[in-house]
Amino acid sequence: MSIPEDLRYTKDHEWIKLLEDGSTALVGITGFAQSELGDIVFVEVKPAGTKLKAHEIFGTVEAVKTVADLFAPVAGEIIEANGALDAAEIVNQDPYGEGWLVKMKIDDPSSVSELLDAAAYRELTGE
Amino acid sequence: MPFIVNTDRDREEMLRSIGAASFDDLITDIPEEIRLKKALDLFPALSEPEVMKLLEGLASANRSTAGYVSFLGGGAYDHFIPSAIKSIVSRSEFYTAYTPYQAEVSQGTLQAIYEYQSMMCRLYGMDVANASMYDGATALAEAVLMAMNITGREHVVIAGRLNPFTESVLKTYLEASGHGAIVQNSLDNGTGSVDGLRMLVGERTAAVVVQQPNFYGCLENVEAAGAAAGECGALFIVSADPVSLGMLEAPGNYGADIAVGEGQPLGSRQNFGGPYLGIFTVRQAHVRKIPGRLVGMTRDRDGNDGFILTLQTREQHIRREKATSNICTNQALCALQAAVYLSLLGKQGIREVAGQSAVKAHYLADRIAALPGYALKFTAPFFREFVVETPLPASEVVGAMLDKGIFAGYDLSAVGESGLLVAVTEKRTRAELDQFVALLGEL
Repeated sequence: MSIPEDLRYTKDHEWIKLLEDGSTALVGITGFAQSELGDIVFVEVKPAGTKLKAHEIFGTVEAVKTVADLFAPVAGEIIEANGALDAAEIVNQDPYGEGWLVKMKIDDPSSVSELLDAAAYRELTGE
Repeated sequence: MPFIVNTDRDREEMLRSIGAASFDDLITDIPEEIRLKKALDLFPALSEPEVMKLLEGLASANRSTAGYVSFLGGGAYDHFIPSAIKSIVSRSEFYTAYTPYQAEVSQGTLQAIYEYQSMMCRLYGMDVANASMYDGATALAEAVLMAMNITGREHVVIAGRLNPFTESVLKTYLEASGHGAIVQNSLDNGTGSVDGLRMLVGERTAAVVVQQPNFYGCLENVEAAGAAAGECGALFIVSADPVSLGMLEAPGNYGADIAVGEGQPLGSRQNFGGPYLGIFTVRQAHVRKIPGRLVGMTRDRDGNDGFILTLQTREQHIRREKATSNICTNQALCALQAAVYLSLLGKQGIREVAGQSAVKAHYLADRIAALPGYALKFTAPFFREFVVETPLPASEVVGAMLDKGIFAGYDLSAVGESGLLVAVTEKRTRAELDQFVALLGEL
């Protein structure tokens, strides 16, 4: 299972990618997470404008026989939900790319670097 | 089912095995002062013939629609039930089946529920129906919770005259959930005031609820109720009598977001108030928020059609405390009765049941209103039920008619109002109607 080196990770299996402007980031679920969930049929995330604390639930991802909450990796505000999620299988097919979930404006960009790096996440998942 | 005894020896063995000294050790959590300190006050033991005699004696004190001419309504109606229904639902494959935990094994049960859902969608003009709920009242309460959940708002505006028992169930649900408030519109001539409604709805309104026909049998202005809901972004919830839909517009055709109903008139007996059938239908957009079970059709790997429980991730065994509802069961047997009933009647049949009920109800209403001292309480159009003002108190009318083998109707003093609520189904004959009028005239 691929774990891209340029992302940061949470113990809840979200990834976050700080964008070039340094204050916005994309958030998704990891390849490990989508593989454990199985066929994803529905993703529901809170709308743009929602302010989130770190670890706060910002949506749910639903597979055929289970459902999982989505946790904000860091504090910030949702500025965009991925419109491509109407076809939820995109999260299975491309979890680190087209299957991103939300774009966030990060309260404190340095909080991102406190999350797990690829090596630590690899250890967590035993990959 | 055998009575499974456990003897003193069994109990000792069990207590020893779990390391408890006595039964009382197991209930130390129950405060001493609320424990029963004497033997249960039960009948002395009887032999089987004695039990039969006792129970038959008790049963014979019942007065039922089998021996009486019934004009009782108010939510439960004496429509004809074809014998084929009992014959089919009495098959042990149906009546012994609990909603199975490996549901897909029971393809027959799932198919029956799927057929029921499809019929409810057509009858109510909606996209999706669930596998049913406990009764019409819980279906409405669940619809309101769903609307609050979708809109994030708290006010439930009752547009007209809701059945008061339905309303009390709704109040119980809202009390228990700790939020939500009921706002009652003013009434005018037995139906909701359109001007009053416009003033009550606003940005806090989660849902506008209307019952069609309403508790008095009158027809509400459902278009106005739907428009009021639409203007403020609230959901429009309609509780419609299923038999009335043989004659009246389907809720889906006048903008209902959620349409519910009490399914008892579709092939279930009145049964002292239950088990009944909660019909619950929604538009496709809300399918992930609906309570209860949902049967879907699919295709297996060999290309055969099959039936499944679908969208289970809304339910509490998966979504736990965030489930859309704490109900994940249904009234499978009553739903089956409704499906068989509608299959037997067909489109023409349900139209005829509705049409005959309405025609006979209007015939009776005209005759009663012409009697000295009697009058219709409301002039609003009605379907198969109407309120009569009587020269004697309604309770006395009911008592006098009971002696003549007639259930005269529902005495509205039970809900603090005047009048007698009279319902007429297709079962009533011209002779029965004329006799009822004659007897009322003699009072």
